[in-house]
Amino acid sequence: MIPVEAEPDVLRLPPFRYHRPGTVAEAVALMGEHAGNAMFVAGGTDLIPNMKHRLFEPGHLVALKGIGELRGIREDAGHLRIGASETLTSVATHLDVLRSFPALADAASHVAGPQLRNAGTIGGNLCLDTRCTYYNQTEFWREALGYCLKKDGTVCHVTKVGKKCVAAHSADTPPVLMTLDAVATLVGPEGVREVPVRDFFVTDGILNTLRGPGEIVTEVRIPLVSAQKKQAYAKLRQRKSIDFPLLTVAIAADIEGDGTVRSIEGVVTALGSRPRVLSGWGDTAEGHKLDDGIINELAQRAHKQCHPLENITVDPEWRRAMVPVYVRRALEKLGAA
Amino acid sequence: MTLQPPAGLATLSAMSSTSEIVRLTVNGDNHAVGVPTHFTLLETLRYVLGLTGSKQGCDKGDCGACTVLVDGQPTLACLTPVWEAEGKQVLTVEGLATVDGPHPLQDAFDVHGAAQCGFCTPGILCSAAALLQRSPRPTRVEIQEALAGNLCRCTGYTKIYDAIEAAAVAQAGDGSSQAAG
Repeated sequence: MIPVEAEPDVLRLPPFRYHRPGTVAEAVALMGEHAGNAMFVAGGTDLIPNMKHRLFEPGHLVALKGIGELRGIREDAGHLRIGASETLTSVATHLDVLRSFPALADAASHVAGPQLRNAGTIGGNLCLDTRCTYYNQTEFWREALGYCLKKDGTVCHVTKVGKKCVAAHSADTPPVLMTLDAVATLVGPEGVREVPVRDFFVTDGILNTLRGPGEIVTEVRIPLVSAQKKQAYAKLRQRKSIDFPLLTVAIAADIEGDGTVRSIEGVVTALGSRPRVLSGWGDTAEGHKLDDGIINELAQRAHKQCHPLENITVDPEWRRAMVPVYVRRALEKLGAA
Repeated sequence: MTLQPPAGLATLSAMSSTSEIVRLTVNGDNHAVGVPTHFTLLETLRYVLGLTGSKQGCDKGDCGACTVLVDGQPTLACLTPVWEAEGKQVLTVEGLATVDGPHPLQDAFDVHGAAQCGFCTPGILCSAAALLQRSPRPTRVEIQEALAGNLCRCTGYTKIYDAIEAAAVAQAGDGSSQAAG
């Protein structure tokens, strides 16, 4: 039997106490009680490996999985409300999601592998930590390089000179939620606030969301009018079975019966620290049909705007070259939807 | 085989964290055991309960070797804080067989040579058992998707797929076969 302490090659969690509150209010209070030394955990699929890598070492974990208020997917007052601790499996397979927001179900079904989708939650996907070659590594590996800007160090090994972290936003569902005008509800010590998912992310690889450390994302709400939009999602990754995205494209469009585009929006991510809303798409496509010419023009516009850095292990030039390819694929999917 | 006490456990709990009693139901058996509060389900299964069937591979959610069923759902024990398993039914590879014989999947893996080094096998058996439970006659694509989170570096998967298809047929043809979970 492997001695628990004496085995250096397995990844151990740092010690912590595990709290299981029954309500959101209790969870917020527990976080206040241990402020600065506690973190929320839902599915744990992102946090637990990060803790094993010593990226976080909170003395207390406040578990959200057992809180009934955070569960449920239901239509209510013109919205589809998804409780933040609904698993990605449940989002990917729920009939209301599949019927109204197929691109969201598609995105959820492409996160990692089945076991991780059984544990990981939609709220957790929204709050996923950014990823970088120089960050998601063991303590040993990071120490050997003198650490990095995002954790314990002062140098960014990606930009070499920059003082801003460029770790990649790598969640699959937020780009889709943005194109569907979804709103996230956050509850914290200051009360409740609602933030459009579109405004939830900031350009900072270290803390790339507006969520405060004491705040819980309790719900994601999508207006049912967004169900009228044609939607598509496309994901590039090394292995189709388990990997984080190298590039994710989400598109939603209002298209008239004769195929004329009334409005269109595209969002890409896994390139920089937050999802990017592609600009200039309305001017290109509105009032036109999505024919080959327009699709090519949209794809080229996307290509011009995306400049990935070497923040994840795959060649950034290749990732950039794949932008128009995946945008085109998503647009073709949209046309067929 | 004599089960050794979990070496180092006492040292660990004394020096770095508090131990608490966790109540688990594993393979139908009820356990109340003291564990350091930061233990994962996998550490508890392997180093406290002595159930070493579930493997510690990457230990960070990539490989699927630690897959167990929690209330019938394939779950990575290496990422599951042990407290999340309280009040739930945990099934490990040790619980697949019954006194009457091996699970049809275990039989089929044997017949089809679906294990080579065998390290991924316990996790794959658990993922496959959950699949057969929800989809008794899965297509090959369903099987591939169900095993997407279980890495096997030896077999190339073909014999594993063959074995799962064969187990599905065997289970369908024999009403007395044990259903997992």
